Amino acid sequence: MKHSEQELFLLKAEVIEMWKFVISQLEKSKSALLNDDYELAREVMIREKRVDLYELKIESDCENHIALYAPVAIDLRLVLSLLKITSSLERIGDFAESIARYVIMENSTILNPKIVEDLKVETMFDLVIGMLTDTFALFNSGKTEVYGKILFKDDDVDTIYKNSFNIMTQFLLNNPTMIRSGLELILVVRKLERIGDYCSNLVEDVVFYVDAKVLKHKQIPESQSNTQKNSQEIDTDEDQD
Amino acid sequence: MLETKNINFYYGNFHALKNISMKMEKNTVTAFIGPSGCGKSTFLRLFNRMNDLIDNTKLTGECIINDKNIYHKSVDVDELRKNVGMVFQKPNPFPKTIFENVAYGLRVNDMGDKHFIQQRVEESIKSAALWNEVKDKLHKSAFELSGGQQQRLCIARALAVSPEVLLMDEPASALDPISTSKIEELIHELKQQYTIVIVTHNMQQAARVSDKTGFFMLGELIEFNDTKKIFLNPDEEQTQNYITGRFG
Repeated sequence: MKHSEQELFLLKAEVIEMWKFVISQLEKSKSALLNDDYELAREVMIREKRVDLYELKIESDCENHIALYAPVAIDLRLVLSLLKITSSLERIGDFAESIARYVIMENSTILNPKIVEDLKVETMFDLVIGMLTDTFALFNSGKTEVYGKILFKDDDVDTIYKNSFNIMTQFLLNNPTMIRSGLELILVVRKLERIGDYCSNLVEDVVFYVDAKVLKHKQIPESQSNTQKNSQEIDTDEDQD
Repeated sequence: MLETKNINFYYGNFHALKNISMKMEKNTVTAFIGPSGCGKSTFLRLFNRMNDLIDNTKLTGECIINDKNIYHKSVDVDELRKNVGMVFQKPNPFPKTIFENVAYGLRVNDMGDKHFIQQRVEESIKSAALWNEVKDKLHKSAFELSGGQQQRLCIARALAVSPEVLLMDEPASALDPISTSKIEELIHELKQQYTIVIVTHNMQQAARVSDKTGFFMLGELIEFNDTKKIFLNPDEEQTQNYITGRFG
């Protein structure tokens, strides 16, 4: 392997390491929230600093690689994608940390398990962790044929998020003493929805790197739609990067 | 403007160019890249029949400029070379004054009177972005100029006879970064009036100056595409391997 290739290989390896770390952060924040695990939540918060350090290191390495090696073609696309991927992973890490912060703040004593179940918080967690893991596999394998399946999961996340307002409104009408924790919980749901958006961005960045295709703000092609869902618009609301 | 159809070229038994067909539009810059010995300079030299000067060579196919096959027996090679100027890797001014270097082509081709020559020399030196540096020493030896200035003088010399096409064979490879940058700026400017074909080993230079890029390897034109396409997402794996440094 040539020196420049070796450098790119190491850069990619750093991102892989960060990606795995962020998946683990998200899994831990899920477990902390659903099991009222204060210690685990604290662990997520402490480990968040490592995510920030990964971001700083990778950004600096990408900058150096562009300056020193002037990459072109697939190498350039890789470096550009790594910069964006790193930024998205850092944001997802932030969300995992703020969910953990919520667990510590509430200390799980007044949270009604029924409302967590009704809001499908666990399903949302599973969907976004699935998206993050599947996109990681896409990035590692370079087999982007199935990217549409991952993007469609974000639609499921959005649907749960949209339904959550009515469910929470009804819950708060019936439990007016829990307004504070209810509002905090809806923010958790909102964070999970945003993680779904960032995972969609990750898919777009990986497809750009591998196939030189720009998916941003475009419809998912028919070839990517599975049997149950045909072409649907990728959510491009103002919050999505 | 420039077109080749099924060009094959041989140095003796060596098949140097293999069935190359391509088209280059007027007022564009086309860069040829590829490893040493891939045939890009040989291909460039076809356009002003410089290869005619080499013994034991053979050409088949058509090389067309302005709808005319320049290898047709009716073509006057001197006229052709007036229309298709060439700049080489190493600056090669004549052992004459700066003025006489640029005036040379006009004089030997009997192209106008003293007044016209004076005017044309000034225009050409200005077009080559050299005027401000030499206007006060036009009658000094060309060898007093720096390498970068000598190269721009050679470009001025080529421009003096009003060609339509300018061929450049690694025009900046012997120059420092400042002179290289001046030549590249000049190429951008000259594109408005001339059709330029450049051979370069510097891929970033090809990316910076050209509209289209052709990648050659082992005598074949592997890919000919928009420069942006070549450097962002080439169609051919061989091209990608070469420009990313994975070749060989």
